[in-house]
Amino acid sequence: MWDIFQEIMNYPFLLRALLAGMLISICSALLGVSLVLKRYAMIGDGLSHVSFGALALGMALGFSPYLLAVPVVLVAGFFLLKLSDKSGMRGDAALAMISSSSLALGILAVSWGQGVSTDVYNYMFGSILTTSRLDLILISILSGVLLLTFLLFYHKFFAISFDENFAAASGLKVTWYNMLLAALTSLTVVVGIRIMGALLISALIIFPALTAMRLFNSYKAVTWASLVFSLLGFLLGFFASYLFSTPSGASIVLANLGIFALASLLAKVKPLWKKSAS
Amino acid sequence: MPLISCENLSFAYDGQLVLENVHFQVEKADYLAILGENGSGKSTLLKGILGLKAPVTGRVTFGSGLAPSKLGYLPQKSEIQKDFPATVEEIVLSGAQNRQGLRPFYSKADKDLARQRMEKLELRPLAKRSFRELSGGQQQRVLLARALVAGRDLLILDEPFAGLDPVVSQDLYRQLADAQREGMAIIMVSHDLHASLHHANKVLHLGSRQLFFGSVADYRQSAIGQSYLGLSRQIPHDGAGDEDTEFDLCDVCEAYQTGEEN
Repeated sequence: MWDIFQEIMNYPFLLRALLAGMLISICSALLGVSLVLKRYAMIGDGLSHVSFGALALGMALGFSPYLLAVPVVLVAGFFLLKLSDKSGMRGDAALAMISSSSLALGILAVSWGQGVSTDVYNYMFGSILTTSRLDLILISILSGVLLLTFLLFYHKFFAISFDENFAAASGLKVTWYNMLLAALTSLTVVVGIRIMGALLISALIIFPALTAMRLFNSYKAVTWASLVFSLLGFLLGFFASYLFSTPSGASIVLANLGIFALASLLAKVKPLWKKSAS
Repeated sequence: MPLISCENLSFAYDGQLVLENVHFQVEKADYLAILGENGSGKSTLLKGILGLKAPVTGRVTFGSGLAPSKLGYLPQKSEIQKDFPATVEEIVLSGAQNRQGLRPFYSKADKDLARQRMEKLELRPLAKRSFRELSGGQQQRVLLARALVAGRDLLILDEPFAGLDPVVSQDLYRQLADAQREGMAIIMVSHDLHASLHHANKVLHLGSRQLFFGSVADYRQSAIGQSYLGLSRQIPHDGAGDEDTEFDLCDVCEAYQTGEEN
C-alpha cells in the first residue's frame, strides 16, 4: 500500500488526480445529504446530462469547455429546482425529458464537430488522470466556497430539509437557500464531470448520503459519515483503478456501491445483534 | 391592540377561491379554536397567518410587538418527513431558528431553552433518539417542544391531536394550558370539537367563508353551534381524532349548510 502511495507521489498528474478527486468527493457528499433529504436527488442526475450537452456543444463551437457549461448548467439548476418543486408526475417526466434531450444535443454536437474523440469519451465516462492544473484550481476554489457555505448555513440547511414550511414560518428565505443549493450542485457537477464522467457523477452525490442514512440516526452523524464514506469510496475506487487499470469513474461508483451494500447488511444485522446482547 | 387582526381575508388556489371574507382578532392569552369540515379552508388560513400563503384580498396585521420570531408553529402531521435522520434534540433546537438571523450557531440561551422545553415535555430521556424511531405521540411532543422553543407570544397548531390516543391528547392539552397561563395565545385547528370548546375561549367556524366568530359561550347559543354540537353528541365519541368521528362531523356541517338539519 505504502509503495503505491509513494509511486503516486512521484507523478504530479497522479497527485493532482488524487487531490481533485478527494475534494470533489467532499463537495458531493455534503450536497448529497441535503439533496437526498430534500428529495432533489434527481436534480443531480438531470444536471449531469445538461452538463455533458453543454460541454460537448462548447467543444464543437471551439470554446474552452467551462465557458459555456458553467452558465448553462447554473440556469438549468434553477430551472430543474422549480420543476421538482411542482408536485405530481409532470415535473418528474419533464426532468427525464430534459436529461435525454441534453444528452442527444451533446452527441449531435460531437458528431458535427470532430467525431467521438477521447475528450468526449472522457466527459461521458470520466478520466481522472487528465485532470489539468486549471481543473484542480477550480475544484479547490469550489470546495473552499462549499465548505464555508455548509459551515455557515449548517443549521439552516437542516431546518429547510426537515420541514420547509416551519423554516419559512420562522422567517428563513427558503427559496434563496434552495437556489444556493442548486447553484452549488450545478458547479460541482460541471467540475466533477472530468473525474467521474457525466453518466456517473450523480452516483457520487447520492451514494454516500444513502449509505450514511442506513447506519446513522442524527443529521450531524449522517453528514459526517457521508463525508467519510465518500472519501473511502473514492480512494478505494481510485487505487483499484490504478492497480487493475480499470476506468476510474466506474471503479469509484462500484466501490461506493460496495460500501452501500455492506452498510445495508450491517443495518439489517445490527438490531439482531443488539437484541442478543440485551 | 390585538395580537393578530385579520380583515377581509380571502385565499385562492389556482384562481379558485377556497376561503373568503374572514375577519377576526386574537388577543394576548386568547385560545382560538378554528372549526369546520375538511376543505373548509382552516389549514389555508393558518398558512396565511404564518405568511406561507399570500391572501388574494385583505391582510393579516401583527400587533403588540408580535413578529415571526415570537411565533411557534406545529404543522399537520402529513407535512413532516417520516424517515428523516435527526435526533429529538436537533429538531427541538431548530425551533430557535426564527431569531437566529445569519448567525451560524445556536447561542447558549437557545440551547438552554430547548433543554427546558424538552424537560417540560418529558423528552430529555429521548434527546439523542432518532425522530423516525419514535411513536406518533412522542413525535407530536417533539414537534410541540420545537414550537414552544420558537413561540413566545403565539402558538399556531394544525390538528395536533390527529391520530393520537385520548391519554396522550389529554397530556398535550395540559401542556397547552400551561403555555396559555404563561401568557401565550393559541390558535388551533382541531376536529376534537368537545375538547376544543372546553379549552378555548374563542371560536372561528369556517366553511369556505366565515360562518361564526365569537366567544365559546356565544357559539354554544348560536344556530350553527347548536347544530354542530347537537349532532356530534349523537355520534358515539370514543376517541380524539377518531377517523369516523371526523367523517360524521363533516356530514353534520354539510347538512347545516344545505339547510337539512335533522
